[in-house]
Amino acid sequence: MVDFRLTETDKAGLARTRAEALVCRKYARYHDENEGDFPPGELPEAAEFYKNQPEVPAPGPEDSSMVVMAALHAAGQNWGDYSVRMRKATDGGLGNAALAAAGTPEQVEKWRTMVLSMAITEPGCGSDPSRVQTTAELDGDEWVINGEKIFVTTGIRAEGVVIWATIDKSAGRAGIKSFLVEKGTPGFDVPHKEKKLGIRADDTAAYVFTDCRIPRENLLGLDESIPKASSGGFRGVMKTFNMTRPMTAAFGLGIADASLDFTREHLEEAGVKIDYGTIDANEPAAAAKFKQLEALYEASMLTTLRACWLAGEGQPNNMESSVCKAHAGSAVRRITQGCIEILGPMGISREHLIEKWMRDCRITDIYEGTGEIQRLIIARGLFEYTRADLN
Amino acid sequence: MISFKLTEEQEMVRDAMREFAEQAITPIARDCDEASSIPADYIDTTWELGLVSAQIPEEFGGAGERSAITTAIVLEELGAGDAALAIAAMAPSAFVNAIIDQGTDAQKAQYLPAFCGDKFHTASLAAIEPHAMADPANPRAVAEEKEDRFVLSGRKSFVLFGDRASEFLVLARNGSEVDAFIVPRDAEGLTISEPELNMGMKGLTTNTLDLERVEVPAANRLGGDQGCDVRRILDASRVALAAIMTGMSRQVLEFCIPYAKERVAFDEPISKKQSIAFRMSDMHIDTEGMRWLTWKAASQVEQGLDATKAASFARSYAAEKTMWIADNGVQILGGHGFIREYPVEMWFRAARTISVLEGTVSA
Repeated sequence: MVDFRLTETDKAGLARTRAEALVCRKYARYHDENEGDFPPGELPEAAEFYKNQPEVPAPGPEDSSMVVMAALHAAGQNWGDYSVRMRKATDGGLGNAALAAAGTPEQVEKWRTMVLSMAITEPGCGSDPSRVQTTAELDGDEWVINGEKIFVTTGIRAEGVVIWATIDKSAGRAGIKSFLVEKGTPGFDVPHKEKKLGIRADDTAAYVFTDCRIPRENLLGLDESIPKASSGGFRGVMKTFNMTRPMTAAFGLGIADASLDFTREHLEEAGVKIDYGTIDANEPAAAAKFKQLEALYEASMLTTLRACWLAGEGQPNNMESSVCKAHAGSAVRRITQGCIEILGPMGISREHLIEKWMRDCRITDIYEGTGEIQRLIIARGLFEYTRADLN
Repeated sequence: MISFKLTEEQEMVRDAMREFAEQAITPIARDCDEASSIPADYIDTTWELGLVSAQIPEEFGGAGERSAITTAIVLEELGAGDAALAIAAMAPSAFVNAIIDQGTDAQKAQYLPAFCGDKFHTASLAAIEPHAMADPANPRAVAEEKEDRFVLSGRKSFVLFGDRASEFLVLARNGSEVDAFIVPRDAEGLTISEPELNMGMKGLTTNTLDLERVEVPAANRLGGDQGCDVRRILDASRVALAAIMTGMSRQVLEFCIPYAKERVAFDEPISKKQSIAFRMSDMHIDTEGMRWLTWKAASQVEQGLDATKAASFARSYAAEKTMWIADNGVQILGGHGFIREYPVEMWFRAARTISVLEGTVSA
C-alpha cells in the first residue's frame, strides 16, 4: 500500500537525530571558519546527551525500510551540519564500500577494519574516469604506483585507500584497476587538505604516489586480465553509486531543509503568512516564492525516498538513483540561493548559517557524478542507448 | 511505513487504464479538440467502466472501492491519453466526492444513487470565477441566509458540462465562512451560458453560471447546518489535477523519445545531442517528482489527514513543470511542434489551460 506516514519507531529515531543535529549545529560555524581544525570524533555533550535520551526501539517489519530511514537520518544529520557529529560513526569511507563490493574474501578479511578512502579523481580527470593517468606497473611481485589524486573524501582520516590506476593506458576503461594502499607505504604522500567553497570541516585530501610499491595481492579482486568488452571492470564501482547517489542527494536536501526552516521563521517574524490554501496572486511574492521552493524540496525528497525504497525492496534503481541525484543537485542550489534572495542582506551575513548552507550544499550537484553525468545516464535510459551512443 | 508499493489491484487498474487510453482516447483526442466536442459514445463507454460508481459506498448503489491513490493512478493513465478526455471520464467526481466526504446522510441518499446507474449522469463543482486572481477558496459569490433558505449571487466559470449537469456545487461566501451549496440546474435565477470558448482542452464543454438571487433550501448547504470545509473539496480537486498533469507530462516525453531518435540533424539523430538529451532527462526527472508529490497528497486524502499543504505542493509543482515540459515538447519538435498535424501543440495549449485551474503557479 502506498503510504507516507512514519511509524512511531521511525519518528523516535528521527527525533533523536534531530536532537543530535541541534547540538552539532552549535559547532558548525567554528569548523567552517577554522578549516584546519577537524570536528572531534565525539562532542563534549555526547555522554550527557546519550544518558538522557530515551531508548529508540529496534525497527520491525511494520517500520520503514533501513534504506529509506538511512536517507531520512542522513538528511536529518545534515539539517544540523554536514560534518559535525555527536559521535562519529566508526564506519569506513567509500573505499570500504568498494572493498565489500569487489574484494576477495581474503582481502575483505585483511582490510575491513581499516577506514578506506576512495581515490578516483585526478587533476586532469573527474567525470570521465577512463582518462585516469595514474599508472600501476607490475615489477616482479609488486605493483609500482605513480600519479596524483585529488578530492579524496576522508583522505586525511583514512588508514588506507582504494585507488584507481591503469595497468594499460592503451586499453582505456578496461585497463583501469583498483588497488589497496596502506597509509605509510613509502612513496604515498598526503601533501595537503583541500581548501574548499563549502563543507570545509569535511576531510578532503590530495594524494601523491611516487614509485609507491605495493604487494601484487593488493589488486582489488585480484583480476589482472584486461576484458575486451569495455564496461565489465567498471560495473562493481558503478553499482555502489546506486546507493551513494541517493545518500548524497539526502545530504544536500537536509541542508536545503534547514535553509527553508530558517527562512520560514524569519518570514513569519517579518509578518509574512504562508497560506497553502490560497493562490499566489493573493499573497506577497516572498510567500509565493517560498512555497515554490518548498514544493521543489518535497518533490526532490520524495524522488530520493523512492530510489531508496526500491533498493530496500531489492529492485533495480540505477535510473532512479540518477534521477534523484540530478533532481536534488539542482533543487538544493535553487532552494538555498532562493532562500537568500528572499531573506535579502541578512542571508549573506556570517552571523547566520544560511550563507554557509548555500556553500555547503553546492557540492551536491558535483560529487558522485555531476548533474550532467546523471542526465547522460537518464537520457541513455530513456533512449535505450549505450555509453557509446550518447556521451 | 514509507512505501511506494501499489496493491496488486492498483497495478491491474493501472495496466487496464493504460490500455484503454491507448485504444479509446489517443486516437480520438485530436478530433475532439478540433470539433470542440466529445462523442457521446466515448462518454457512454467510459461510464461503463464504472470509474465514478466505484467510489460510491455500496449502500447507495456503488462498488464502495474508494481510494484516492487508485483515482490518481487512473487519472495519470487517462491523462497520458488526453487531459480533456480524462476529465470527461471522471466528470462528476468532484461533486460526488464532496457529497461522500462532507454531505449529510440525507444529501448522500438523495444525490449519490443517480451516479450508479447505467447511463451517464453528471453534476459539477462550480469553484472558478471569471475575474483576475480568482481564488476558489475565497470566492466573490455570496450566500445570504434568509429564513430557511439561502440566496446565492455571483458568477462561476469553467463549470464542467454545464450543458448537462443535473446539479452544481457552488462555492460562495456565507458571512465569514465559505460554504458549498447544491444548486439544481433548473433553479430560478440561474443562467447557464453557451459553451465557453477556451484555448485548450477544447473538447470539454464548460459553461459560465450566472446566479442572480438564486434561492435554495437550507438543506442544500453541503454538510447541512454544520456547513463544510471547502478546502477539503479543493484539496481533492488539486490532487486530481496534479495526477492528470503527471499523465500529460509523461505523454509529451513518450512522444518525443521516438521522434528525437528518428529526427536526424547534422548526420545524427537529435537524441544524441546533449542539448536535446539533457532537456528530455529533465522532463523525465520533473515528471517523476510530480508523480510522487501527487501520490503523497492522495495518500493523505485517502487517510483523512489534512492534505492542504501536500495538495498545494503537488498541484503547483505539476502546474509549473507540466507547462515547462509541454513547452519543450513543442521546441524539440521544432516546426512540427507548431503544426496541428502533430499533437504537441494541442498538449501545449492543454498544459497552459489545466495549469491555471484552481490557482496560478504556487497555490
